[in-house]
Amino acid sequence: MTGQPPGESATDSEQVEVVPQHPILVGLASSHPAARFEESITGQNVFRVAGDDLVSFVSAARDAGFNMFIDLTAVDYHRQRPEPRFDLVISLLALDANVRLRVLVGLGSDSAVAPSITGIYPGANFFEREVFDLFGITFTGHPDLTRILMPDDWEGAPLRKDYPVGSVPVQFRDTPKVQ
Amino acid sequence: MVDDTTTDLTDDNISGAGGDERRRLHEVWAIGTEVPDWVTASTAEGAQLMVPREHASSADLLEEAGALVDDDRIFVEDSVEDETTILNMGPQHPSTHGVLRLQLELNGENVRRVKPVIGYLHTGMEKTAETLTYLQGPTNVTRMDYLAPFHNELCFSLATEAMLGIDIPVRAQAIRVLMTELNRVASHLTWLATQGLDLGALSIMIYGIRERELILDFFEKTTGLRMNHNYIRPGGVAADLPDGWEQDVAEILEVIPKGMADYHDLLTNNPIFLGRTQGVGVITADECLAYGITGPVLRASGVSWDLRKSQPYSGIDKYEFTVPVGENGDVYDRYLVRLEEMVQSLVIVRQVLDSMPRGDYRTEDLKVTPPPRKRIDESMEALIHHFKIFTEGFKVPPGEHYQAVESPRGELGHYLVSNGEAKPWRLHVRAPSFAAVQGLPMMMGDQLIADTIAIIASIDPVMGDVDR
Repeated sequence: MTGQPPGESATDSEQVEVVPQHPILVGLASSHPAARFEESITGQNVFRVAGDDLVSFVSAARDAGFNMFIDLTAVDYHRQRPEPRFDLVISLLALDANVRLRVLVGLGSDSAVAPSITGIYPGANFFEREVFDLFGITFTGHPDLTRILMPDDWEGAPLRKDYPVGSVPVQFRDTPKVQ
Repeated sequence: MVDDTTTDLTDDNISGAGGDERRRLHEVWAIGTEVPDWVTASTAEGAQLMVPREHASSADLLEEAGALVDDDRIFVEDSVEDETTILNMGPQHPSTHGVLRLQLELNGENVRRVKPVIGYLHTGMEKTAETLTYLQGPTNVTRMDYLAPFHNELCFSLATEAMLGIDIPVRAQAIRVLMTELNRVASHLTWLATQGLDLGALSIMIYGIRERELILDFFEKTTGLRMNHNYIRPGGVAADLPDGWEQDVAEILEVIPKGMADYHDLLTNNPIFLGRTQGVGVITADECLAYGITGPVLRASGVSWDLRKSQPYSGIDKYEFTVPVGENGDVYDRYLVRLEEMVQSLVIVRQVLDSMPRGDYRTEDLKVTPPPRKRIDESMEALIHHFKIFTEGFKVPPGEHYQAVESPRGELGHYLVSNGEAKPWRLHVRAPSFAAVQGLPMMMGDQLIADTIAIIASIDPVMGDVDR
């Protein structure tokens, strides 16, 4: 595992300032100066915001025209880069302008807690439960933060990189046998 | 199992309303009775339990009634608990299309609240994807949405190719369009068969499956398998189309429109079918957007949004077709939209058949394409090259990319993260069925319990896609 850190492209080494092109994104960038605009290696629009600004940024994005919630997930950059260890990844879509937007939020391993955006996009509910289930990231203000894919009594967060593949204990061992 | 930085996933860390109440409820079986041992031993689903109304918080009630967007449901707050029943439907219910489980709160035959419970088919395929090379990746993702395997493969391949920055020959692109559009027809035929079956129209089930066989036979001839093809791969497709493919596709183009006439005769003006579907399971366009519900469900609600038009891929913008749009957002409009989508897919297939370009079926980029079989017999270097590609795989530049395609169920998205190695650091699949299942409570509120069956079929969920 000596690959280059994927989440850190074009930050420290290159000081080239990337500016958004589309008017919607320009407006978002000017109203939220703390949010840093990046382009992915394929030229997709990415904003990196702090966890505290997430709710205000996402609600501003919705008001700016990103009316469709697409996706919410997380990536574990364990031993790939210095803290923050996790990236929360939110994908939004503006139907009228036909623009996609990705919001990245860095979350440290000690404080894997993010504010819930279910108040802005109710569709984030299941997606946040999935991230909670598989990454162990908790969301404050979520209406029903329980495991969604794994069994309720499962231990650990399977999609974390330090969660071993294999050696899964046998499930339902305590179930009574048919006499 | 995990290191000490893992957040403790106990109820103490679960914020949100009703946590304490819910935890207490785990410890009682029913109000006033003692919990038998076998109950807790055989089910560990406590936290997902649909709690009785008097114990549920107002946030729970709103969420499960699907009233987070528009609170337009009839909500009788002062009802007494013993008037309603909580009924568990699934996961082994035959009409839930796999292992979907719903908990329904019923007032007589009326559905008051719905709580979908998923995860019964979760096999950790996103974790598996991290252990497979980019060339092996399609074998994994093709098993997710098993009714639309080509769309899964296409999405993964497009994401990989975008990060590699390679171009695909026009013939490979045309083959991809041909296969995915035929796949859309096959998938919609399965939906038609099951939608009819769930409403008691048994003939349509036979007809839909019968016509689908024709397409699956063509898939088998081309790829060797009826499902899970691993045919579309990064760099192109696995093999060229077989000899005589024109006749096979021409036969499909001839037989299926005849079948479609039968479907219209059987269902479109059938008064029983109309009564079971019109005005049932309505979802508005705003609700679809807020919940991320895409595809035919969104279009039936009146939003003309199709990624093949708005964000075209694989050169699909070269072909002429129209995007059908409904207006009422009910089960019947979703039926009409899907039937018309089959017609439009066949229009695309006809154009591909008439204009199939000559050329390579995979890219000439030696980084991803192994040398031809003949060269391996002649050259040691070619043998090593072949061996390297299939053992080590090829490396993808570090970065991240989100790729979306229009699958039969809506926007299928692959979020791919590379760290410069030959295996993805992370693959996340944005499953259209996952978002649609989340919208079920909104469609089912205030409807009859018999309508829930029609509504489940109308969103066409594939549980392999939901649970991954």
